[in-house]
Amino acid sequence: MELTTIWFILIAVLFVGYFVLEGFDFGVGMLVGLLAKDEKERRVLVNTIGPVWDGNEVWLLVAGGALFAAFPEWYATLFSGFYLPLFLILVALIIRGVAFEYRGKRDDQVWRDRWDWAIIVGSFVPALLWGVAFANIIRGVPIDSSSEYVGGFFNLLNPYALLGGLLTTTVFLVHGAVFVALKTVGDIRERAHAFAQKVGGVAAVLAVLFIGWTAVRDGDLAVWLIGALAAVAFLGGLAASRAGRDGWAFVGTAVAIAGVVSMLFVALFPDVMPSSLDAAFNLTTENASSTPYTLKIMTWVAVFFTPIVIGYQAWSYWVFRKRIGVEHIPA
Amino acid sequence: MDTALDLARWQFGITTVYHFLFVPMTISMAFLVAIMQTVWWRTGNERWLRLTRLFGKLFLINFAMGVVTGIVQEFQFGMNWSSYSRFVGDIFGAPLAIEGLLAFFLESTFLGLWIFGWDRLKPGLHLMTIWIAAIGTALSAYFILAANSFMQNPVGFTMNEERGRAELTDFMAVLTNKVTLITVPHTLFAAFMVGGGFVAAVAMWHLLRRPEQDVEAFRSAAKLGAVTLLIAGIGVVLTGDIQGKIMTEVQPMKMAAAEALYEDADSNAPFSVFTVGTLDGTKPLFSIEVPGLLSQLATGSFDGEVRGINSLNEEYAQKYAGSGITDFAPNIPVTYWSFRLMMGLGFAAMAASVWILWALRKGRVPMPGARSTRWLLWTAIVLPLLPLFANSFGWIFTEMGRQPWVVFGLMPTEAGVSPSVSSAQVWTSMIGFTLLYGALAVVEVKLLLTFIGKGLPEANPPTGPDDDSDAPLAFAY
Ligand code: HDD
Ligand code: HEM
Ligand code: HEM
Repeated sequence: MELTTIWFILIAVLFVGYFVLEGFDFGVGMLVGLLAKDEKERRVLVNTIGPVWDGNEVWLLVAGGALFAAFPEWYATLFSGFYLPLFLILVALIIRGVAFEYRGKRDDQVWRDRWDWAIIVGSFVPALLWGVAFANIIRGVPIDSSSEYVGGFFNLLNPYALLGGLLTTTVFLVHGAVFVALKTVGDIRERAHAFAQKVGGVAAVLAVLFIGWTAVRDGDLAVWLIGALAAVAFLGGLAASRAGRDGWAFVGTAVAIAGVVSMLFVALFPDVMPSSLDAAFNLTTENASSTPYTLKIMTWVAVFFTPIVIGYQAWSYWVFRKRIGVEHIPA
Repeated sequence: MDTALDLARWQFGITTVYHFLFVPMTISMAFLVAIMQTVWWRTGNERWLRLTRLFGKLFLINFAMGVVTGIVQEFQFGMNWSSYSRFVGDIFGAPLAIEGLLAFFLESTFLGLWIFGWDRLKPGLHLMTIWIAAIGTALSAYFILAANSFMQNPVGFTMNEERGRAELTDFMAVLTNKVTLITVPHTLFAAFMVGGGFVAAVAMWHLLRRPEQDVEAFRSAAKLGAVTLLIAGIGVVLTGDIQGKIMTEVQPMKMAAAEALYEDADSNAPFSVFTVGTLDGTKPLFSIEVPGLLSQLATGSFDGEVRGINSLNEEYAQKYAGSGITDFAPNIPVTYWSFRLMMGLGFAAMAASVWILWALRKGRVPMPGARSTRWLLWTAIVLPLLPLFANSFGWIFTEMGRQPWVVFGLMPTEAGVSPSVSSAQVWTSMIGFTLLYGALAVVEVKLLLTFIGKGLPEANPPTGPDDDSDAPLAFAY
């Protein structure tokens, strides 16, 4: 296989990891405003993701770094082109990260309420905008002959992209609720179950629309198949959640997210950022990539270290496998 | 000058300097907290557990800011410097990606384990998690500095004229760039001056303001901090001296700019400690000079020759005729003063730590009410700021001294900026980041002060892992 193809796949893997992992902690973040009834419950929610959210976010940083190393043209066009959405995502990630660490540091309800808003908004904005951004990448944006984005901000707000944004928002909410059900005991767990069913229906409809739209646009059989798999996994996850099988429910929503992200990357290949102006300006795995020498080094590094990272991250999930409830929250 | 370029530079400068206010604290405090916890683990002395908990909290408050401001750094190259990213991506992206994969994953995962694992992991294993996180911070420094050093002294590449970019030919050369090898220890030592100063300052404040409480614990902490600062300070001076020579070799203009030296000095070039008057090459009005010191710093010999700005400018005008640059000198007042502030603030911090050690000699505790105590208190309060700002000025010198190049000798800064990003967009993000960062700075300083004021928390020895226990989360959010 071409090195550039391998790196295209690795980038896809990193984004799959990012959306599966940070997907649920965005969901939990939004649920702080929707599911918790009191301060103790809010703390339970935050503590379900406490030990892992930063590690989850690093998947994004590594995906960004890998994009820079393997496909500098893609990195440059994407990040300068989507300047304002990215700025909003960064602001959201900043206030959210600080909020996790700071909300409990003062015994003052006003203080905590403010940080809770930071967590809620800081989780909602990226959940929405990542969907918008990825849908736009697939759809194609105006890119000129020198690989520069020449559209404006409002170019990015088209129906397909907005549907993508709604899809990621609702799916992450469900993924988060399923995760909460898996990690907690008591009342809050019951409410998480109910929430997953309620919003799960909406998300399923959006998913079918978005997957169908993407598959029709692209027409490739693989896209149809992976999209269908994602939809089935999502429905399976919802069914498992209804049956109280929280572990399987989480596997279901995780596979669904992995499926949708993979579907998008399959639909993209061999382009990495198609141009809506002229197919000759498309950025592809070939014309956007680094040299074979750099790719070779990066491949060795990735092959050697990625399993180690996955190993110790898995271990940390294992260490914190126990469910928590309001009785574990110190006064 | 083009405003989008100026704005992009301002934004990069503001966000990076801000990020680097938290970085040196994170690096050094991770190790210092690990050391405190190790001492507790080895001796079982609760004093050290309580210190671990106090400084651990302070460390985490700082760490959160380091993380969130770092995310901005990772994306900014693509957002504001897309031409630069296209030009160097083949080389520069690799250390950045490796930093994420090797270092950030370690830091974030193991700190999560450390924060939440007090009652979930065996004490030895729990101790290991903070050490691994600390090693992660040092690794991260190495890789990002390898990337930065390429911009100071490009190595291991060829130019691909057809694609208009620099391409990697020798990755080992990038990782062993001589600038990297000396910048890493200099930066790490400089970081330890900050953490050492911070620990010493917090401890001294308590000794002086609450002389009846936890005297032994804070005496130990003050000594640990002051000794760390002193040793790190010596390390900084020794590595800085070597750095001066390497810099003179690879970027002679930067050394000339550091001294505002316009004419070549054949031998015995003096180093001016302080100058009143203009720095534009006309005679200074008043200046304190140490004969031969500049020669020593630049070449390792008191009568070495040091090139001046004017002759370097002539030479570069020929060598880089196609670059479009007409003036190859950086902003002289900035380089001149930032270099002196870096060194001066560092020496002041070392002097302060010597005084602290003197005040604590042979089991002494400073007398409350004594006249010297007031001064000692003020010294303690400014102590962490001295090496912190020395760090900022070190970077301002390094980065501004590289101008007008973004990659020395290869790419002028103005060629690196994103062509598709308008000044309105950069204004938006710059104002946004600046306001947000300003607000967060206030919050973080207040929180630090609150927790410093509370003093040592209870020891609460961890219960250890016990699968049936329903122990509350000890260090939870
Ligand atoms: C000499 C050290 C050093 C330097 C020059 C920089 N950083 Fe940094 N950075 C660190 C040392 C560090 C650290 C010690 O590893 C931090 C500080 C706080 C932290 O959490 O880790 C960190 C955090 C940090 C994070 C968050 C990591 C996480 O989520 O755990 C990112 C993405 C970056 N940095 C990226 C950058 C970039 C792109 C830089 C270049 C402009 C940069 N840093 C300069
Ligand atoms: C290794 C990491 C770093 C890299 C890759 C890097 C890279 C850059 C780049 C691309 C620019 C923009 C070009 C320019 O305006 O000069 C820049 C400017 C700047 N950087 Fe760095 N930098 C790094 C670390 C730092 C740190 C840690 C600091 C300080 C805390 C710093 C301070 C600055 C300043 C002050 C400027 C503005 C210079 C100017 O406007 O002339 N840099 N750097
Ligand atoms: C006698 C004392 C010192 C000397 C001779 C010295 C020398 C230098 C030199 C020559 C550079 C520029 C390297 C380059 O651009 O290639 C530098 C950078 C720097 N200095 Fe210092 N320095 C001294 C003290 C300090 C102190 C006290 C601190 C902070 C506590 C500090 C922090 C830094 C930092 C953070 C940088 C930027 C990173 C780097 O390039 O290493 N330095 N120093």
